[in-house]
Amino acid sequence: MALQNGGKTEGEHESVPFSKPKGRWLLLTVRIVAFLATASATIVMALNKETKTLVVATIGSTPITLTLTAKFQHTPAFVFFVIANANASFHNLLMILVEICGNKLDYKGLRLVLVAVFDMMAVVLASAGDGAATFMAELGKRGNSHARWNKICDKFDSYCDRGGWALIASYIGLSLLTLISALSMIRLMKPKPANQPTTIP
Amino acid sequence: MTTKTKRFLALLLRVIALGATVAAIVIMVTSHDSATVLNLTFEAKYSNTPAFRYFVIAEAVAGGYSVLALLLSFNSLFSRLVLMMDVVIAMLLSSSISAALAIAHVGKKGNSHAGWLPICGQVPNFCDKVTGALIAGFIASILYLLLILYSLHSALAPLFALKP
Repeated sequence: MALQNGGKTEGEHESVPFSKPKGRWLLLTVRIVAFLATASATIVMALNKETKTLVVATIGSTPITLTLTAKFQHTPAFVFFVIANANASFHNLLMILVEICGNKLDYKGLRLVLVAVFDMMAVVLASAGDGAATFMAELGKRGNSHARWNKICDKFDSYCDRGGWALIASYIGLSLLTLISALSMIRLMKPKPANQPTTIP
Repeated sequence: MTTKTKRFLALLLRVIALGATVAAIVIMVTSHDSATVLNLTFEAKYSNTPAFRYFVIAEAVAGGYSVLALLLSFNSLFSRLVLMMDVVIAMLLSSSISAALAIAHVGKKGNSHAGWLPICGQVPNFCDKVTGALIAGFIASILYLLLILYSLHSALAPLFALKP
């Protein structure tokens, strides 16, 4: 079977999808863009912080100020968002390295299978981080009148803006990760049985 | 493992996941509580929060897809399509449970930095039922993750069997 020899040397097993150089470069490019997207989401959210000083009262001639800070660590959902995106970008980086210099290391043809499995798990993890952060951001933007939770985005607007950009970058990363996962699974498919070599006895 | 055992196990995983999604929907939709504190009436329903509405919708979509996949799994033509759709549904389930957990955490513990008070003290029945629904949703999400790993393994098992 074509997948028996483990790994793909370029141009040899042409009937397996994405084993030719053009298909491999496509996958690699998509992975690089996904890595950039998830890494930028992590960094933008991790550096998200805003401080506001309010004057609460005035005694005589000295104003009493109150300093309020909005940090991403205040919300567990955003902490999970940063951790999940950091994991996803690390996964992308690792897979890029495996693609570039991994043709030699292979263990009984398991390399492609492991790549597909890890891609699926990265998709699930990244989607969980996105879901939590989206709804927490929506709560911060609109509040919840039934639970008497006030919105905070009117006071900390640049915090909310940067959080929004991090979310958008993370969505781009997630959709690209889904595409990568589908492509990795297609790569595992058996070649067309047009002229198959004889099977291993 | 024969093919029959493999298919039976995959079927079993799907049926249990379907049961978990149905349980999550039912418990969440029937969660309802109200409390009156100092002339203010707290009425807690799942539809007040967009995260819980998304949770119910996502579980409903996953449950409907499970029924469809159960019917399609007897025909091995669709096995690859079912595998890819399984990944999409696992992604949907994980994002919905994560969103619902985030909002439920705020409801239970509040957020002192944002000035949000916890509401579980006033509406304990609602909080208990939501916890039950979240547990069922979590089980469904984990089962779908196991299902996609198992489907990939069983689709590739002929590959491993031929190794010298």
